[in-house]
Amino acid sequence: MNQDPLIIAGRKFRSRLWVGTGKYKNFEETRNAIEASGADVVTVAVRRVNITDNKSENLLDYLDPKKYIILPNTAGCYTVEDAVRYSRLARAAGVSDLVKLEVIGDERTLFPDTAGLIEAAKILIAEGFVVLPYTNDDPIVAKKLVDIGCPAVMPLAAPIGSGLGIRNPYNLKIILETVNVPVIVDAGVGTASDAALAMEYGADAVLMNTAIAGAKDPLMMATAMRYAVDAGRLAFKAGRIPRKLYATASSPIEGML
Amino acid sequence: MLAYPGSSEIFCQYLFMKIVVNGEQHEAEGPLTVAHLLQKLNLRSEQVAVEVNLKILDRGDFPTWNLHDGDKVEILSFIGGGSPA
Repeated sequence: MNQDPLIIAGRKFRSRLWVGTGKYKNFEETRNAIEASGADVVTVAVRRVNITDNKSENLLDYLDPKKYIILPNTAGCYTVEDAVRYSRLARAAGVSDLVKLEVIGDERTLFPDTAGLIEAAKILIAEGFVVLPYTNDDPIVAKKLVDIGCPAVMPLAAPIGSGLGIRNPYNLKIILETVNVPVIVDAGVGTASDAALAMEYGADAVLMNTAIAGAKDPLMMATAMRYAVDAGRLAFKAGRIPRKLYATASSPIEGML
Repeated sequence: MLAYPGSSEIFCQYLFMKIVVNGEQHEAEGPLTVAHLLQKLNLRSEQVAVEVNLKILDRGDFPTWNLHDGDKVEILSFIGGGSPA
């Protein structure tokens, strides 16, 4: 779908499926699953390096930065201060100003702390970051994030890693009507139909990790997700027929005996 | 604590110092730059971010940034992550 690129803050993205790099068995499986997904954006976390094991490999050895856009996240940050610190470290460790901003509110749900998110986003935008915020399925918060300068919003479908699919399709639809920036459904997707549905609603992209990495066959699921996102996007652009309560015959009556 | 590696004119003091790297105590002989430390740890500077006493360094400063006794150094890198666990 190269004729239909996703554009965020002037950057062009080839794929509308974005993937995380966590929870895989090893770097090789990570690389192969990402390859199968067709994604060109991969999210990564920022952590202390292992300094006791000299031979430990680096994820970046497996992800060609010429091929993939590395999108660091602030996963695991529960305060504005931490999220800002990790964003700055991510910028220092990488090559771009992109950050997937997460300010997590609670360990059990991993729902975003949206008040903290807005505060952290303001600070980072002032420092020149391109902030892609992981947010709740709340249209008001999404609007506020756009108003302060986020070039896209990333509302969740369901709690991270839950596989529940889109829990609030009506809110998602309102978000899509409310904001004038790309909407990337992030977190909670369970299977291909969830991803297709998000795209059929008009989401601009879908980001997932666990649904692929946690599948029995991650490579096969990565392929399924690739098709699902493409199919959902095409269906959205093609324009579905309206739902009706009663039948409409497809075959003409004329010519019957 | 004055240490100017590479300079022949200036007094170069070799010091025994203790630094904390990623939360672990390390003993090292000074002078020691951030770039030297990364080299010792077999880390590639283009793959890491370095914070010294809560200040994030520019990658370009690694070769000239001298570490001092008591410094707290954090070395971070990208790892697999999501939608996080």
